[in-house]
Amino acid sequence: MGLKPLLEMRFPVQGNDFIQAGEASSRIKRTLQQIGMESSLVRRAAIASYEAEMNIVIHAYHGELVLTIWPNLIEIVAADVGPGISDVALAMQEGYSTAPESVRQMGFGAGMGLPNMQKCADELLVETKVGEGTRVVIKINL
Amino acid sequence: MTLAELVRRLDLTILTSLPEGDVEVTRGYVSDLLSDVLGKASEGAIWVTLQSHPNVIAVASLLNLSAVIIVGGIIPDDATLERAREASVPVLSTQLPAFEIVGRLYQLGIRGNVDSCVDG
Repeated sequence: MGLKPLLEMRFPVQGNDFIQAGEASSRIKRTLQQIGMESSLVRRAAIASYEAEMNIVIHAYHGELVLTIWPNLIEIVAADVGPGISDVALAMQEGYSTAPESVRQMGFGAGMGLPNMQKCADELLVETKVGEGTRVVIKINL
Repeated sequence: MTLAELVRRLDLTILTSLPEGDVEVTRGYVSDLLSDVLGKASEGAIWVTLQSHPNVIAVASLLNLSAVIIVGGIIPDDATLERAREASVPVLSTQLPAFEIVGRLYQLGIRGNVDSCVDG
């Protein structure tokens, strides 16, 4: 796009690690606050990052969140090595989830992760390959 | 109403310390689904839930919630409380079930709302 990123940071996320879960998105939130981003943008980015991070923790083996600040937008890419999503349209539907029962008991797997990301993002892209992994791109305009 | 006053009026047990200075609480949210809270609870709200694992603290901290009230006399494990102290999230406990504590919060003037994350 001809523009140079102002900042790029990478945060690893481990699948099935419910103790560290939330750490990457909390660091993304802190970073955005530190650079003086408007609070409503921080909130949207934090919610979308957390949902993306939890999807990796719940469904994938491992992955990372990459925060890139462009002059005109905040971009968060959540890329994982994992099972992929066989039906993205279905996964986008509120209430649909493939999360296991143990995870649901913790209050995850309500089928609201991708819909929440959609609400917070100006643009949401989901690229996935079954058996390989998923890449979610969240864009929030500045 | 301030958080300290809510604690006193509702006889809540403080499991991690309250912040210094007065925190005004006007909004509340009740849910045990984390994504539901993420999508709908407003900034500064007090959150009523029976969940007590560390991820509750992550959500409360991300949303800048004023406190978490864990219902039914459930006491969270040390990992949760430690995370709460690190993130300065006040964790409160009540013996009452969710319906009852929410009713009492409402009586004290705390209200819910229908914010989505976009306009919240």
